[in-house]
Amino acid sequence: MDIKLSNASEKPIYEQITEQIKQAIITGKLKPGDSLPSIRSLAKELKISVMTTKRAYSDLERDGFIVTFAGKGSFVAERNQEFLREELLRQVEEHLSKAVQIAKLAGIEGKELIDLLSMLVEEELE
Amino acid sequence: MTNAIEVRNLSKRFSQFQLENVTFQLPKGTIMGFVGENGAGKTTTIKCLLNLLKKEQGEIKIFGLDHVEHETEIKEQIGVVFDDLYVPDILNPTQINNIFEKFYNRWDENFYVELLKRFKIPFKKPVKQLSRGMRMKLSIAMALAHHPKLLILDEPTSGLDPIVRDEILDLFMEFIQDEDNSILFSTHITSDLEKIADYITFIHEGKIVFSKNKDELLYNYGIWKGTAEQSMELPEHAKVRMQKNAFGVEILVDRKEVNSAFTLDKPSIEEIMLFFVKGVQP
Repeated sequence: MDIKLSNASEKPIYEQITEQIKQAIITGKLKPGDSLPSIRSLAKELKISVMTTKRAYSDLERDGFIVTFAGKGSFVAERNQEFLREELLRQVEEHLSKAVQIAKLAGIEGKELIDLLSMLVEEELE
Repeated sequence: MTNAIEVRNLSKRFSQFQLENVTFQLPKGTIMGFVGENGAGKTTTIKCLLNLLKKEQGEIKIFGLDHVEHETEIKEQIGVVFDDLYVPDILNPTQINNIFEKFYNRWDENFYVELLKRFKIPFKKPVKQLSRGMRMKLSIAMALAHHPKLLILDEPTSGLDPIVRDEILDLFMEFIQDEDNSILFSTHITSDLEKIADYITFIHEGKIVFSKNKDELLYNYGIWKGTAEQSMELPEHAKVRMQKNAFGVEILVDRKEVNSAFTLDKPSIEEIMLFFVKGVQP
């Protein structure tokens, strides 16, 4: 498993870890049942805080990507299509809510924003 | 017992300086960086922890036990490293082994030898002929050789080159692989802390300014830059500390209280420290 961390990135280190592990799971590089390094050994390898890797793993667990068994370690969870869709939907929502915030700051009204989105959707479908 | 160290309202007065109500906890299994400028009270606090200086007020517990009442028992399980190696400098590492194995019940000669080999420390060279980096590495090997549960280090990386510092950080990470082990280290080299510390405790003029989870510090704060006039657009309650210069203002803000359309820089530990010391309440 490759994990590349960048200090220049705007994203917190734990998020960089969760994203890269999620990506590896979504693309099938990591398969259901594959074991992951322990929280402490991952921290040691990446030379980062144990709390950071702990946070990354608990976020992955919360989102259903991995399961952890006390004393045994963490493994890639059995996944289903619905769950993948949910994750992608979550990402869409995150981006849209950012767009809404920027629109608010610029004084763009809800209707104008919705029109803009419809236009983009139409363009994409054509 | 969930905390390796618990310090509550520790106070100690000197003629020119005092520790005032120093309070922090080091949870078991974690690494805490203890930072502050020279003279801020780091070494005094560490000496109080070890009962090398008598505290005046407050409570100090190590492994959940009172640090004075259970001193001997506690010290068997602590490894201590000061900013230099304080042993007679005519001794060589082998002689040090022969002396220290008499002090500690759990002194592990094999492990000590293994660490010396790994650090390429000559066994027969007197301490006075070793470089500063070598002396620090020897000092850490001595602190680890009795398999302590807690490492307390005062400025272990200062004055060392980046490669030696990196080797020392590696050793810390190995030590912490056992989730019962914990580390408290003071330093003013914040880049080391930014890598491996779980918690940062910042002391200034004898008082604790903050003692927080490092990730929370790094990711909950942001730095906004602009003119004084533009800064009016930021919500008042989001502003934590402010610094002015000839060209504008810099404000340390609580990220979650600020609209994401504002551009914020990611702060470093050093920048956060400067905001608290040099900056003002907005």
